[in-house]
Amino acid sequence: MTGQQLIISGVGGQGILFLTRILAETAISLGMPVMTSETHGMAQRGGVVISHLKAGEFSSPLVRPGRADGLIAMKAENVAIHRHFLRPGGWVVVNAKAAPAGLDGHPVHVIDADTLALELGNPQSLNLILIGYAVARFAASGDFFSPDQVIGTIERRLVEKGKLRDASLAALRLGMENAAG
Amino acid sequence: MSERMLLLGNEAMAHGLVEAGCNVVASYPGTPASEILSSVAQWRARYDLPMHVEWAVNEKVALEIAYAASQAGLRAATAMKQVGLNVASDPFMSAAYLGVKGGFLVISADDPGPHSSQTEQDSRLMAMGAKVPVLDPDSPEQARELVKVGFELSEAFEIPVMLRPTTRVCHANQDILPGPVAPSDRKALFEKNPARWAATPKFRHRLHLELEEKLAKIAAWEPTAPRLLNPAAPARRAIVASGVAAAHAREVLNDLGLRETLPLWQVVQPYPLHGDFVTTVLEQYDEILVLEETTGVMELQLADRYRVKGKRSGFVPEVGELSPELIEGLIASFAGIETPEAPAPAAEGGRRPTLCPGCPHRASFYAIKRAAPKGIFPSDIGCYTLGINLGGVDTVLCMGAAVSQACGFYHAHKIGGEVPDIVATIGDSTFFHAGIPPLIDAVVQDARFVLVILDNATTAMTGNQPTPALGWGAGGVPTATVNMEGLVRACGVKFCKVGRPGNLPAFTDLMKEAVAFARTDGLAVVIARQPCVVDRTFKGDRPPRRKVAISDACNGCRYCTTQFECPALVYDEEEKRVAIDTLICTDCGVCIDVCPRLAIEEVGQ
Ligand code: SF4
Ligand code: SF4
Repeated sequence: MTGQQLIISGVGGQGILFLTRILAETAISLGMPVMTSETHGMAQRGGVVISHLKAGEFSSPLVRPGRADGLIAMKAENVAIHRHFLRPGGWVVVNAKAAPAGLDGHPVHVIDADTLALELGNPQSLNLILIGYAVARFAASGDFFSPDQVIGTIERRLVEKGKLRDASLAALRLGMENAAG
Repeated sequence: MSERMLLLGNEAMAHGLVEAGCNVVASYPGTPASEILSSVAQWRARYDLPMHVEWAVNEKVALEIAYAASQAGLRAATAMKQVGLNVASDPFMSAAYLGVKGGFLVISADDPGPHSSQTEQDSRLMAMGAKVPVLDPDSPEQARELVKVGFELSEAFEIPVMLRPTTRVCHANQDILPGPVAPSDRKALFEKNPARWAATPKFRHRLHLELEEKLAKIAAWEPTAPRLLNPAAPARRAIVASGVAAAHAREVLNDLGLRETLPLWQVVQPYPLHGDFVTTVLEQYDEILVLEETTGVMELQLADRYRVKGKRSGFVPEVGELSPELIEGLIASFAGIETPEAPAPAAEGGRRPTLCPGCPHRASFYAIKRAAPKGIFPSDIGCYTLGINLGGVDTVLCMGAAVSQACGFYHAHKIGGEVPDIVATIGDSTFFHAGIPPLIDAVVQDARFVLVILDNATTAMTGNQPTPALGWGAGGVPTATVNMEGLVRACGVKFCKVGRPGNLPAFTDLMKEAVAFARTDGLAVVIARQPCVVDRTFKGDRPPRRKVAISDACNGCRYCTTQFECPALVYDEEEKRVAIDTLICTDCGVCIDVCPRLAIEEVGQ
C-alpha cells in the first residue's frame, strides 16, 4: 500500500478515535509516516465526529475535499455530510441497512454493523466490525491494510487485556466473515 | 524509548516536558489543551520522575504555582487554553517584567474555528501584549521540539516563553520518535531579591527597560530564526507561514507543483519576529503572502501594507480556521494559477451535539424548567451549556459568570420592582474555578436567586479530570478534599440542599422549594449530585438501573423527544410513535416520569 488519505465519520460515542488509532498504528507498523486529526470537545456529545487519517508523505493533518481515497461512515446519514472529501472513484464503506443514494462513480460497500453488534451482545464493537469488514473487502486489491496487519495491531495493543482482546478480535472476525458473504 | 509511537500533539508536548527535565507542571483543563497535563502525569509515573504535577483550581493559580517554581530555579510549565490565559493574564503580564530563573513555559492552546471555545482569540497577541516571545509549532513533532527550545530560550534570556499550539496540533496524532528523558537533578533554591521579585513601580520601570533589551536580542536568536523550507531559485514572491498553516502550505505547494518556484518561509517565533528576517523579506520580494492563525501577528510586524498580503490587507480571511483547502485557493491565486474547484460540503447536516443519554444534567434542566417555567437561566462553561437545547440555558459568557450574571439580573430587575425567578446553573469544577467569589458577592449584596451546582463529580467536558472534592489528582494520586456544602455554607448561604436529579419527582420538589425560598428569603443553593455517565474514573455508587419500554399508550405526541430530548428516545416516522434506541440507552429510567401519558414503563431486567 502506498499513501492513503481516509475519512472516518460517525457520531460521538461510536469509538471513532479507537478505530482511527488502530489504522494509524497499523500504518506505523508498516513503516509509514502517519498523521490523524479528530474532532474533540462539544461534537463528542452525540454530534457528528470526523477523523482524518493520512498515511504516507504528508505534512498537513487534514484531508482536503476531493482527495480522500476512502470514507468509512459509521452512520448512514454521515455519507451525505462527508462524501465531498472523496476523490473521484474513492470508495465508501458504510454501516447501513441499504446503500445510500447519490454515490454514482464511487464503489460502495454496505454492512449492517448495528444489527451484528447487537447480535454479538456488544454494542461497543461496532467500530471493529466495520474495520474487519473493510479490510476483508479490500484484502485482494492491495490498496488498503490487510486483515493480518490489523489483527496484528489489535493483538499488540490489547495484549495484556485478555477478555477485551478476545471480544475485539471476535468483533473484527465477524466483520471479516460478513465481507466474504 | 526507541520506537516510533503514535502520539497526540498534547502527549508529544508532555513528552517534550519530561525530556527537558521540567519539574513542576500545573494546569486547569480546557479543550484543546487538556491532555497535556494528564500525559505529563502518565510519563512521570512511567519514568518515575521527581515532579510536581497538578490540576489547579484555575489557570491563574496554575500559572502562579509554576512561575514560583521557576523563581526558585526549577524548570516549570503551565498549560491552558486561550480563554484560560485570560484568567491567568494578570500574573502572566507581570511575570514578563520580573523575568524567570529556571525555564518557564506557558503553553496556551488556541482554537481557530472555533471548535470548542467561546472565542477565536490569538494567544500570540497576548504574548505580544505581555512582551513575551512565542513559539508556534506546525505539528505534534515540532511542538515537542519547541518545548525544549522554549526552555533554552527562557533560560538564556531569563524570560517566560509562550508555546502556542492550535487545535490541529494539540489534537493531531503523529508517529513520533520520543527523545531520551533527562531527569533533572536541580534543587529548588529561592534567592531573595525583593527589588526584582517584589518590585515596586519604580523598579518596574527599570525592569521594563531590561525587558525591551531582551526582546531585541531574542529577535536575533539563531535557534528560533525563520527557515526557508525550499531554497529555490530567487522569486519575486514568497510565502511566510507559521503554525499549522505552514504544514498545510507545504503540502499544497507540492501538490500544485510550486515547490521549486515559490519560496516558503516558516516562522517558528512569530513574536518577536527576527529583525534580519523582516529586512530580508521586505528587500528581496515584491509580494509576500502571510499565512497564520488566527490574527495577523506576523503581518503586523511586517508592516508594508502595499506588498504584504494577509489578514489586514483583506486577502486572507480574519475569521475561522485556515483550512488546507482555503490555503490551496489563496496560494493558487497568489501564484496566479488556476486550480479545479474542490467539491463543496453538503448543506448543514447531521445531528447537533446534545447531552449524553442518561446524563444527569438533562434531568436537572427538566426539573428547573418545571419549577421556574418563566425563569431566567444564566449558565456557564461545560457540558451543561448544551442545556440550551432544552431551554434551560439563556446565557453563557465565561467561567463563573453564571453566578455573577444571576446577581446582575437580580439587581437589574429589582430596580423596577418586579423580579422574575432566576435559576443559574454551574458545574462543580467551574464552581471551584470561578464560582466562589461571585457567590460571596451574591450573599453580601443579598441577591435572590437559585444557584444549582451541577455536581457530576468530574470535569466532564474536557475528559473527566478531577475536581477538588474528589480526593485524587493528576495521575490518580490521592489528595485532600474540599467539601462543597461546607464551602457554600461558609460563604453565608442559608439554604443549601443536595438532591439527585435522576430521581425526578423528588428533585423537582426540591427545585420548587428552592425557588420559593429565593422569592421570599434569599439566595438558595441546590447541589444536583449524580455522576457523569461516561466518567470511568468515578468510584462511588451509581444510581439503580431502570430498564424501560414504550407501551401502546404512546400516541406519538413527541413531548418526550422535544422537551426531554434524550437521544435514546427516537421518533419512528413509520410507526408514528416513539421507540427506544437500545444501542445507546443507559437504563437511567428518568423518562418514565416525563411522558404525560405514562407510556414509558419500567420493565425490569
Ligand atoms: S459527558 Fe457526562 S456530563 Fe457531559 S453530557 Fe455526557 S453524561 Fe453529561
Ligand atoms: S412516549 Fe409519551 S411523551 Fe413520548 S411521544 Fe409517546 S406519548 Fe408522547
